[in-house]
Amino acid sequence: MIVLEWLFLTIAPCDAAEPWQLGSQDAASPMMQGIMDLHHDIFFFLILILVFVLRILVRALWHFHYQKNPIPQRIVHGTTIEILRTIFPSIIPMFIAIPSFALLYSMDEVVVDPAITIKAIGHQWYRTYEYSDYNSSDEESLTFDSYTIPEDDLELGQSRLLEVDNRVVVPAKTHLRIIVTSADVPHSWAVPSSGVKCDAVPGRLNQISISVQREGVYYGQCSEICGTNHAFTRAPGNIGRLLSPLWLSRTTPGASHPRSKLLQRAAGAVGSQGARQ
Amino acid sequence: MADEIELKTAPADFRFPTTNQTRHCFTRYIEFHRCLAAKGEESNECERFAKYYRSLCPGEWIERWNEQRENGTFPGPL
Repeated sequence: MIVLEWLFLTIAPCDAAEPWQLGSQDAASPMMQGIMDLHHDIFFFLILILVFVLRILVRALWHFHYQKNPIPQRIVHGTTIEILRTIFPSIIPMFIAIPSFALLYSMDEVVVDPAITIKAIGHQWYRTYEYSDYNSSDEESLTFDSYTIPEDDLELGQSRLLEVDNRVVVPAKTHLRIIVTSADVPHSWAVPSSGVKCDAVPGRLNQISISVQREGVYYGQCSEICGTNHAFTRAPGNIGRLLSPLWLSRTTPGASHPRSKLLQRAAGAVGSQGARQ
Repeated sequence: MADEIELKTAPADFRFPTTNQTRHCFTRYIEFHRCLAAKGEESNECERFAKYYRSLCPGEWIERWNEQRENGTFPGPL
């Protein structure tokens, strides 16, 4: 049963961009939902202004004809309209600013302590993920590398340049802290579905706080030029598989390492005994 | 599958409220070693700091710092 579920979720692509997609991907976290709502708010005012300006422009061009309107009016002042056209455009940005600042500051607030910390380390041209919350010594992190699957090795139904061999497995509906850094050059870790993009700077640990609200497979790509294969690096190495109840049930409690079989299968972790390059 | 799992990790530290957590990781590492120096090798108090820095800091950084400590070149107030 679980195997079937795994197969289905592995092959059926979800939460990746569709061909010719213009809009955002479906939101998987409250942050992304907030971003989309803000976008809709601003877009409303944008359309209002656009229609208004276009109407004036087209009307002026249409009537500026030497035969139909030979004598153009010469108006240079008009106190009322000048006051209106100053006040009105300064009110519109206020309506835009209120939801915008609300979202901006709420995105920064970390109200709840995170439940799990995952480190995403960028390399040229792959990702390494470390889960170190249950180490009992410096050596025991669950660490694995995540490479994009080359086109020749794709199975039917997998997305080109989005699939990776080892996905990051993350519990759903849990506050996560993702620490993003790099081992060589700047990269950037982005998952559009979750509204996350964070630069991976060598020598610096950037923290992002997310809470993914639904199970699924989410994809993302490297968002900072990092060399020849930048276009072929998957940012989260695709955030896989959020399995809330399964995760909790399979992770051994109090053990010094999350070497659960499920996590290993999910991560496809090779050499999970802390062996890494 | 049997017991309730408690997911725990390094808590959000109010001393480091911003995105840049480099100092947070470094501070936890230093706190652990200062705690060891003050209280000796075996102490639950110190183990707490150890968990924190292991959660936050990449393994490579920890290896490098451990080597530096052994060589006596660690650039921090241990």
